[in-house]
Amino acid sequence: MSRLNEANVILAKEIIGRYPKARSATIPLLHLSQQQNGYITSEAMVHIGELVGATSAEILGTATFYEMFKFEPVGKYLVNICGTMSCQLLGADELMHHAEARLGVKAGGTTADGLFTLEHAECQAACTEAPNMQVNYRHCHRMTTAAFDQLIDDLAAGRLDGEIPPHGTLARVRQQIPADKAAGVASLDAPAQPAWMPAPEATS
Amino acid sequence: MSTYTWAAGYVDDGDRPQIVTSRFKYDDGYTLERYHATGGYDGLRAALARTPAEVHDEVKAATVLGRGGAGFPAGTKWGLMPPGKFPRFLVVNGDESEPGTYKDRLLMERDPHQLIEGCLIASYAAGLAQVFLYIRGEMPLAHERVATALNEAYAAGYIGRNILGSQFSVDIVLHWGAGAYVVGEETALIESLEGKRGEPRLKPPFFPAAIGLYGQPTIVNNVETLSNLPWLAVNGAEAYTAIGTATSPGTRMVAVSGHVKRPGVYEIINGTTTFRDLLYGDEFCQGIRDDNELKAFVPGGGSAPWFTPDQLDLPFESKLVGAAGSMLGSGAVMVMDHTTDIPKAALTLVHFYAAESCGQCTPCREGGTWLERIMQRLADGRGSHDDLDQLFEIGQAICPGVFPHAASERVGLEAKPFPFKMTTICFVGPSAYTAVHSAVTLFRDEFEAKIVERRRIPVSIEAVGAH
Repeated sequence: MSRLNEANVILAKEIIGRYPKARSATIPLLHLSQQQNGYITSEAMVHIGELVGATSAEILGTATFYEMFKFEPVGKYLVNICGTMSCQLLGADELMHHAEARLGVKAGGTTADGLFTLEHAECQAACTEAPNMQVNYRHCHRMTTAAFDQLIDDLAAGRLDGEIPPHGTLARVRQQIPADKAAGVASLDAPAQPAWMPAPEATS
Repeated sequence: MSTYTWAAGYVDDGDRPQIVTSRFKYDDGYTLERYHATGGYDGLRAALARTPAEVHDEVKAATVLGRGGAGFPAGTKWGLMPPGKFPRFLVVNGDESEPGTYKDRLLMERDPHQLIEGCLIASYAAGLAQVFLYIRGEMPLAHERVATALNEAYAAGYIGRNILGSQFSVDIVLHWGAGAYVVGEETALIESLEGKRGEPRLKPPFFPAAIGLYGQPTIVNNVETLSNLPWLAVNGAEAYTAIGTATSPGTRMVAVSGHVKRPGVYEIINGTTTFRDLLYGDEFCQGIRDDNELKAFVPGGGSAPWFTPDQLDLPFESKLVGAAGSMLGSGAVMVMDHTTDIPKAALTLVHFYAAESCGQCTPCREGGTWLERIMQRLADGRGSHDDLDQLFEIGQAICPGVFPHAASERVGLEAKPFPFKMTTICFVGPSAYTAVHSAVTLFRDEFEAKIVERRRIPVSIEAVGAH
């Protein structure tokens, strides 16, 4: 059940086809799998291993290195509060305390209704807009405790469904490389001088 | 709250040259339509009208410094690839996650076509067969904007086979990260792109330009570095070097955050703008919040040794900043006013690097964690005087010898210049120590004030018996 479904296998093969070596598609395929199931299952890692030509242990090794991959179900909304310097200087600790009180869980926990998982996060590249947080990796800038409460109310009531998809879905736009326009994957087996470069290349 | 569409954080004020942020003023700066209306893809056309060697020479002549942190000139980097070895790859480093750094995300969200055009110009000049655009996982909006722009550019014939009817062909593949700071290190980025754990490779002897992705020559360039190329291709090296100084030409994007009146991302003139201009200037941050006193600032991202008001008049020039004991890094200034709890502020950075250690090198994996634990108890008021010495001892195991720091009149210190020696493969380990070293060296009194002496309670048996 947790293997990639038929439509996603087609997509996975298309993604694999963009790289000189299939294993490069590991992380994109893990994201695809997380989008399908909400988290990464053992069966999914076995399946991805089959698709990219790696053992499931190798896929597990890669997957567990990266913060964004979850190995058990998380809430529909992953709430990440940044605690790195710029945010801490402008009230991240207070925001986190408020969030824990409001959601009734400690950082790392999931609410009983399965809607929210609260996490402490590291720098989110929005330092001028501190304190900052993300919901399913969508940035929320210059947060206040009042804005946090409003955000949680809006999410719970479904008012932000159009803006913030459920956890697992990152981008809603995918790259398409049309076959008739593609330059093609660089060949590692038959290396060729690029057509536009003068041959032999001048040594400098 | 709402997710934003505008370039939150970017401040368009003052009359400075804009090389990479010229389209940030438009609400729709990310669309192909706006890009076309504002000279978009003219740089690519100008490049294609010349030979690859001519374009490469122009980039060399302009001395476009890498904007990722190390500041290595892009044109020189491209020239390090072994002649005649193909295929060659371009890996775009869009894994922005250095504490305090906020510029590449803006460039990807606000002007993705500019980045794409930069990738194309680099590929043409250096003979690169394929581009992998690696975007940090926690940036879905950047991903969506870049994906849309790539789709538009393919349809318009700017990417792919026989670009604009020329012999030049290249594909750009959008790739996702999944949350790991260390992947911003170029060899870790390559490992990650090969589907592995993002553990940096040992270098020297082999740098990615010689042996990189799949063992092939690979150029890893930062998003901002590449975003400079379209402007350069249209306006030429002479116009580029006319801005800034000879050793630091052009502009650079700097994010100023923390205790200033107007935190923001500014495109500043390289080499001449001083930290005082930036923190107090009307067109920049306009001073410290509530007119408080400045206590300290981090001049170049979480990995940079700290400065104090003593260094305010230094310009954004890497050699001068290096001699003063720090680095410009990734263009990130974090400002602390006099109300700041220094041990606590430093703790956030130690925590960051300890959490982000990939675990490969013992001094970083173990040392980072020890530093964090000791800093935690010092910040909590549970530390001892021995802890302060212990911090330096652990630091010696990560960075043996003299560690760089700024001069300080207040505590009577002379500057020790950048850089340092290190026992780890990459800079994550030393970076964990940097904030500790700066904070304890420049503000030892604040740590000591938090130390509670644990003395034996002076009571006698008789006194106990009396109750």
